[in-house]
Amino acid sequence: MVPTNYYLVLSAILFGLGVLAFIFKRNVITIFMSIELMLNAVNLAFVAFSQAMHKLDGQVFVLFVIVVAAAEAAVGLAIIILTARNRQSLNVERVDLLKL
Amino acid sequence: MPILEHLWIIPLLPLLGATVNGLLGRTWPNKIVNAVAIGSTGLSFLSALEAVREFFLLSPEQIPWVQQYFSWIAAGEFRAGFDLQVDQLTVVMLLVVTGVGWLIHIYSTGYMALEGGYYRFFAYLNLFMFFMLILVLAANYVLLFVGWEGVGLASYLLIGFYSLRKSAADAGKKAFIVNRIGDFGFMLGMFLLFRTFGTLDFVKLFDKVTPMSPEAMGHLGTMTVAGLLLFMGAAGKSAQIPLYVWLPDAMEGPTPVSALIHAATMVTAGVYVVARSHVLFMRAPTAMLVVAIVGCATALFAATIGLVQTDIKKVLAYSTVSQLGYMFLACGVGAFSAGIFHLMTHAFFKALLFLAAGSVIHAMGGEQDMLHMGGLSKKIKWTYFTMLTGTLAIAGIPPLAGFFSKDSILLSAYQSENGGPKVGHILYAAGLFTALLTSFYMFRLIFLTFFGKERYDEHHVHVHESPKSMLVPLAILGLLSIVGGWLAAPAFWGGPDYFAKFLEPVFAAPGAGEAGTAEAVAHALETPLAIVAVITALAGLLAAYWLYVKQPSKPDTLAKSFGGVYRTLYNKYYVDELYAAAIVRPLLWVSTNVLWKTIDVATIDGAVNGIAEGATAIGDGTRRTQSGNIRSYAVWVVIGAIVVVAVVFWPPMKPVLGVVR
Repeated sequence: MVPTNYYLVLSAILFGLGVLAFIFKRNVITIFMSIELMLNAVNLAFVAFSQAMHKLDGQVFVLFVIVVAAAEAAVGLAIIILTARNRQSLNVERVDLLKL
Repeated sequence: MPILEHLWIIPLLPLLGATVNGLLGRTWPNKIVNAVAIGSTGLSFLSALEAVREFFLLSPEQIPWVQQYFSWIAAGEFRAGFDLQVDQLTVVMLLVVTGVGWLIHIYSTGYMALEGGYYRFFAYLNLFMFFMLILVLAANYVLLFVGWEGVGLASYLLIGFYSLRKSAADAGKKAFIVNRIGDFGFMLGMFLLFRTFGTLDFVKLFDKVTPMSPEAMGHLGTMTVAGLLLFMGAAGKSAQIPLYVWLPDAMEGPTPVSALIHAATMVTAGVYVVARSHVLFMRAPTAMLVVAIVGCATALFAATIGLVQTDIKKVLAYSTVSQLGYMFLACGVGAFSAGIFHLMTHAFFKALLFLAAGSVIHAMGGEQDMLHMGGLSKKIKWTYFTMLTGTLAIAGIPPLAGFFSKDSILLSAYQSENGGPKVGHILYAAGLFTALLTSFYMFRLIFLTFFGKERYDEHHVHVHESPKSMLVPLAILGLLSIVGGWLAAPAFWGGPDYFAKFLEPVFAAPGAGEAGTAEAVAHALETPLAIVAVITALAGLLAAYWLYVKQPSKPDTLAKSFGGVYRTLYNKYYVDELYAAAIVRPLLWVSTNVLWKTIDVATIDGAVNGIAEGATAIGDGTRRTQSGNIRSYAVWVVIGAIVVVAVVFWPPMKPVLGVVR
């Protein structure tokens, strides 16, 4: 059996990639995907712990996360489409109305 | 006893007059304003007369007659009420204030007829009458202080009546501020008396003090300190050294104001307070000595300045300071009734002199410099006669009022044993010399104004006699200046001094048993001293006559040959300059550089503005973090997460966790 540590390291690597992509990418779709990547990295950690501890709580959590991610994708994509129509661009640097 | 039971009517009438005129008088014609102002003070005078008539019907046990109307301040043991009191001293003050005040109101209707702010003038004048009556009728120190401050306010308002003239506004401020210095002492005196005796009611307080011997509180004990503090207040209000500087400047006000407030009534309030507190002062020989010396010094000092002034009102102002010094000299040597007697006669003849001077100024179309007058005696006869009467009275020529009052003061000074007989003799000599100077500068005024060549441009100045409304008060005051002293006259042929007899219940001396021999000695002394005084007065007259009528060029030569002395006197001993250099300018410097620029601007404003500027600077710095770029926010989140993880899991960061908890 694969030791839990391996899963955790993989999860950490995936999460780190997600963070870096979130920070450095400009395309809003890519950023969105990097968020999904981070979520799934966490899911992986949950599942790994669930298996290691012989409890189902982690798997239940994962199901919740997937549902939330799906809902988020629906809302997020709608926002992205509207933004793209308004700005004619998917570049997040153009979307800076929150600035003072 | 209708009025005696309703004493409040007497002060209330002028207050009503002031309110009505002050609120409604602006659009009224002068006649209605006159009716209100003269009517209210006239009624007040009549009620005062009626009160005095009823007072004479009282039996001796009912005196002092105290009426309590309502409690004003009550705190623990302490009570200060709106209580009015009448005794013999009050009667004298009451009649002087309402009587002279009323005459001056009548005079003012003529004098102020063409001035702007007519209703305002009479509203202030009535307000003054109200506070002055509160002052003399009060039955405790607290209510007296209300009147005391009130007359100060009225004085301030009236000195600065021509408020568009800067010198008038400044003089008003000067009077107010100098008086505050004295009032500071007065209040401390009141606090000390309350702390010691637990009451400020005259009757209760003096009942507690009376059984004490002069040594009961020690040579420099509570009595002395309280007396000196009260005298500090009196010195402020009555213009004594070192607080006299405001009174000459107060001549910026209209002339009737100078007559009423700054000669006849308000400035005598200090003398009144000392006389009222005589029970305290009798038990504080040191304080008495200080009062006598300060009074005597002021009398002499002011008289020397009066010698060379050329402004007719300034001469009278310094003369007033000098005569007030006489009154304090009398109080200081224990002759309180002589002091009050001089207060009364002085009110008559000094009010007369000021009003006559006002009439002269009126006739000259506003000219006040005596060097631009001369030869007026034929043109304004009535003014001349009345003014001459006042001058003879103040110079102490018998049988006019000033002779009797001044004579009794000098006699008391001569006999004074306080601090050794030598002190008494020195005080007497100084007083006598002052009498010489008084006679000289008053006749100098007369000769410069009414005699000699006309020194004004006849084409521009149309000398004219004043209207009847001004002359009638002058005539009445002139009459009073003649007969006012006769109350004391019988003393010269061994009869009673009616004035002193009348006031005796108030000023009953403690060692009354020995009075018999003292009186005999006094009577033996009286005639020689009176002769000396008359000779002195005549000497002053002759000197003035010789210098200003016979040899009109002589004064200038004299002034040149004594240049230094003359300049010092002409510039009033440079006291104003000295005060400016020693007190005003350092205070101004401290106010500007320390209080204003350092404390106010730098510290307080600095702190407030500094906090605001600091907040702005921090905001300016931190707003850069809000870039609007979502990914930069994410960086902050990541950094935060890393820090949290590091604090929890990285061993070297453990202590931070301890602090956070």
